[in-house]
Amino acid sequence: MRNTITHGREYLETTLNQTLSQGNKIFVPYVMAGDGGLDQLIPNLKFLSEEGATAIELGIPFSDPVADGPTIQEAGKRALEQNVTLKSVIELLKQERYQIDAPIIFMTYINPIFKYGIENFIKDAQEAGVDGLIIPDLPFEQQVLISNHLNEAGIALIQLVSLTSSKKRIKQLAEASQGFTYAITVNGITGARSNFAKDLEAHLSQLQEFSSAPVLAGFGISSPEHVEQMGNMADGVIVGSKIIELLQDNDTDSIKRLIESSKAK
Amino acid sequence: MAGPKIYFKREDLNHTGAHKINNTIGQALLAERMGKKKVVAETGAGQHGVATATVCALLNLECIIFMGAEDIRRQKLNVFRMELLGARVESVDQGSATLKDAVNEALRYWVTNVEDTHYIMGSVLGPHPFPKMVRDFQSIIGKETKTQLLEKEHKLPDAVVACVGGGSNAMGMFYPFIEDHDVKLYGVEAAGSGVNTERHAATLTKGSVGILHGSMMYLLQSEAGQIQEAHSISAGLDYPGVGPEHSHLKDIERVQYSSVTDEEALEAFQLLSKTEGIIPALESSHAVAEAVKIAQTMSKEESLVICLSGRGDKDVESVKDALNQ
Repeated sequence: MRNTITHGREYLETTLNQTLSQGNKIFVPYVMAGDGGLDQLIPNLKFLSEEGATAIELGIPFSDPVADGPTIQEAGKRALEQNVTLKSVIELLKQERYQIDAPIIFMTYINPIFKYGIENFIKDAQEAGVDGLIIPDLPFEQQVLISNHLNEAGIALIQLVSLTSSKKRIKQLAEASQGFTYAITVNGITGARSNFAKDLEAHLSQLQEFSSAPVLAGFGISSPEHVEQMGNMADGVIVGSKIIELLQDNDTDSIKRLIESSKAK
Repeated sequence: MAGPKIYFKREDLNHTGAHKINNTIGQALLAERMGKKKVVAETGAGQHGVATATVCALLNLECIIFMGAEDIRRQKLNVFRMELLGARVESVDQGSATLKDAVNEALRYWVTNVEDTHYIMGSVLGPHPFPKMVRDFQSIIGKETKTQLLEKEHKLPDAVVACVGGGSNAMGMFYPFIEDHDVKLYGVEAAGSGVNTERHAATLTKGSVGILHGSMMYLLQSEAGQIQEAHSISAGLDYPGVGPEHSHLKDIERVQYSSVTDEEALEAFQLLSKTEGIIPALESSHAVAEAVKIAQTMSKEESLVICLSGRGDKDVESVKDALNQ
């Protein structure tokens, strides 16, 4: 063992709560595994972790990413062209996970996991130091497919809550969420936007009320101003498409500014 | 000629030329009742798009159709029809630029506009309750077949044949017969250039279980769980998955699924045109081709029904090209 961290739900939750207790907001960048080649992955994760990302959402490329907008679709396509698979990402992390302190949350569509074999996947994910999972196309009612195995392995299953969900549904999802509750801030798919719905604040405060875990806002967040604006309504943010663009442009300064905007002034 | 009495269930005579209208009328009425002002749909061959555009024109609903760029090329006439009916046709360039990619884009559009938009899924696919709802709207095919056969023959058919892409005409045809165990049910997939090549859409024959677009079903996929492209001369069968209920019927062996190549479908297309004066859709031609094989094993006391899911006017140009190659 190169370090003593036990990865999983507990590590994720402890890390998020620590950030909040220091008066900072949570900042979770999204990276597409294998965009720019799998060689780029560990250096990118290391950079984000060292610059103060609270946790990192790691996207697994999929042929049919229905929840994603053009930026993440293109990133996934570039990764698939490099033959990056769920398996190759896991194998890499088994070797190199120790270099990255931040909790890692896999964001993957269900089919690559299903094809991998659910039990095999969870065993390997545990060995690779995966702390949490986001599966955008696995509805709450169907999560029994994987949730018992995840609970046993101590890996968090994060729930996505949409703006259009009923109060009852919001409550159900927020109560079930582990690690954090992922509040989708727009109707639609991932990608940078300039405006948010007017009733977002009421929606987020309702979520805060129901959710024992921190509530993070995601989808469409792309500037330090957005990060601060969301920070007033939620416990933190997830930034995806914008991080992918900035990594592609090698614009590390702008990434630092985004992360910085989540910290206490 | 020996062999069974052969009946056609003439869905090709429906308004807009295929069985698709059975489902779109039902769903558009639901959309209206839910107070939705807009409808979005995907289309492969264009038949579902035309059927959707038609009911939207009738009910004064705004209509947006997503269609793969490759399918737009293959089905120009249907694109024009949809536009004539007042729909906006959006070209989809991602992936194989066919049906599955059109479904992806339609789903993305829907989640973005869900408050005023209903998604009219065109086949027995997608998240619950779509597979069930589309089956129920299409089950009129099997109900009518049953009633009419009983009138003519005073008994149920011995065999029923339908083509399967996503599988809506077949599901609608089979469903009322599921409990009639003496009725043999045959589903026919598209084998494209052959099931042992890379270019086919024979999901039940060659696929493995996976999850896509909200359904667990047989899928054409790689070892890593990436969805593979389906290929068929007929745009309507070009989907890498197949309805979850078909997947179940395969597993319990209630329906026998087989596949027919592009070449065999083209032969059947010509055969039916010449012998009956009916130009069938290329999709339905797959059912005809398999029925020819099945009929050879049957006696003249028996009867067989082929679901003629659509008419072939839309395919005449691509058939001409294929025959000239």
